[in-house]
Amino acid sequence: MENKHTGLYKAFVYLVLILLAIVIVVPIAWVFLASVKSNAEFYGNPWTLPKSFHWENFTSAWTTAGMGKYLGNSVFVTALSLILLIIIALPASYVLARFHFVTQKFWNWFFMLGLFINANYIVVPIFLMLLGGDNFFTKILGHGIFLNNLWMLSLVYASTALPFTIYLLSNYFRTLPASFEEAAYMDGAGYFTTFLKVMAPMARPSIITVILFNFLSFWNEYIMALTLIPGDNKTLPVGLLNLSAAQKSAQNYGQLYAGLVIVMLPTLILYIMVQKQLTEGMTVGGVKG
Amino acid sequence: MNGHAKRNRSIFIVLALAPAIILMTIFMLYPVLSVFQMSLYRWGGYSPDKEFIGFQNFVTLAKDMNFIRAMQNTIVLIVLVTVVTLAFALVFAAILTRVKFKGVGLFRVIFYIPNILSIVVISAIFSAIYDPAQGLLNSVLRLFHPSNWQGVQWLGNEKLVIWSVAIALIWQAIGYYMVMYMSAMASIPEDLYESASLDGATAVRQFFTITIPLTWNTIRTTLTFFVISTINLSFLLVTAMTGGGPNGSTEVFLSYMYKQANTNSAYGYGMAIGVVVFLFSFALSAILQGITKRDVYEF
Repeated sequence: MENKHTGLYKAFVYLVLILLAIVIVVPIAWVFLASVKSNAEFYGNPWTLPKSFHWENFTSAWTTAGMGKYLGNSVFVTALSLILLIIIALPASYVLARFHFVTQKFWNWFFMLGLFINANYIVVPIFLMLLGGDNFFTKILGHGIFLNNLWMLSLVYASTALPFTIYLLSNYFRTLPASFEEAAYMDGAGYFTTFLKVMAPMARPSIITVILFNFLSFWNEYIMALTLIPGDNKTLPVGLLNLSAAQKSAQNYGQLYAGLVIVMLPTLILYIMVQKQLTEGMTVGGVKG
Repeated sequence: MNGHAKRNRSIFIVLALAPAIILMTIFMLYPVLSVFQMSLYRWGGYSPDKEFIGFQNFVTLAKDMNFIRAMQNTIVLIVLVTVVTLAFALVFAAILTRVKFKGVGLFRVIFYIPNILSIVVISAIFSAIYDPAQGLLNSVLRLFHPSNWQGVQWLGNEKLVIWSVAIALIWQAIGYYMVMYMSAMASIPEDLYESASLDGATAVRQFFTITIPLTWNTIRTTLTFFVISTINLSFLLVTAMTGGGPNGSTEVFLSYMYKQANTNSAYGYGMAIGVVVFLFSFALSAILQGITKRDVYEF
């Protein structure tokens, strides 16, 4: 009796879990199938499987819609932002966590307060600031240098990610015992050597968490990229946004879904490889958006 | 420590901190201060010069029906997304931590997937789902309707569209919060459940008397996350999916701000909206923290 009862309960629970899994997987799987359908197949029942593989959707998204170039831009911006972020945040976190000096408390607060500022609120003033700079340089050089600049976009990405990254890294540095530094100083190592050779390598697990989270947020970000890169040098999500808008008039469905696959495939592959670290590290991950 | 070593130490501290402080000042502190400053000016497409007008922007804002509408939409979304996501995420998290069976890990992996997708991707996926003619949703519903059925305008109907947006946001959020609650529930000791079972408490009763009280602190924290992330993500989703339409029925706080500032070039007015939204999110989070304060159960 007891067994039969729990068996039924388990079956019901399984059913509900499978239902939710279907609701999540089916739309994504559908996009992958749709990306190889011919345009004519989009009129009529959307649930039919593709009759043949139309890889030309991908070539047309890649070249005609410029997704190939945008992919290159996204790779560049994501990589550069991550490098800048680590180079800038790591020494700052180390000093904030392990040194005692007069203004230490103030700077800790300074970076903590940054956690409350979401990039969505400051995208317009950042745009205006860069626009002002460009107006100035146009007078001298004849053209602006801040807007439409992937280097500048990366610098903005890295800067807005600083508060959270410094929070995470300095929390990690605080947990390390002081004996490591003492031993290094005893051996005659200076502050720079101790940091670079002893402490920075020890922060590796934390650095990996930082890179994972920020890879996703830089790769997926669109409102900053849309505002700061009004010209041709778009990143992937902005390119996809354009493709989506164009599709409404041109009805080129295959190209749109191929573009969608190009945007989400890198994140899905990364996720499958590191899903354990991601979902376990995420309890410290803070707010999305 | 001698003078030389002391100087080396100071140099190291300054060099390590300076880049981060400079970047934070240029790209966060200055923009935040300019949001507050610009909100006190009339500065728009028609007047190239800034004109100080005090709190006039805020007075206009209080009477701006479009802003009131954006506020209503945002509040509806916050309530819907929070209540539905919280309920689903808690129940699923409890099931996945309590019920021992095969495939738990796989479900966890699958439920988290929407969280790693770009909002632009989610917007495109839901546009395909909601498409009135060839959409996934309508083609399923068509099975239950006569062949000449027109289909539901999921994104075209002014009354319906806010629900369609809410569903996309919930779809995106469930896995994230579920994983969050799972890690909180994993630390509840097993013997609490064992002794409750011996006393004859059902799984549902255990959920309300053990699981919920012992994860209360995490639930409270996530309430703040719900407020902040719904304000942000609704902006990103709406801007990509509906553009605030049809006829302003999905306009939210920050999409209205972005429109006023970037499209309408009413920078001062836009920044006043930003200030109000920022204060609103703070106030709402504080109120939620206040009313959910309970004595925390220790275990």
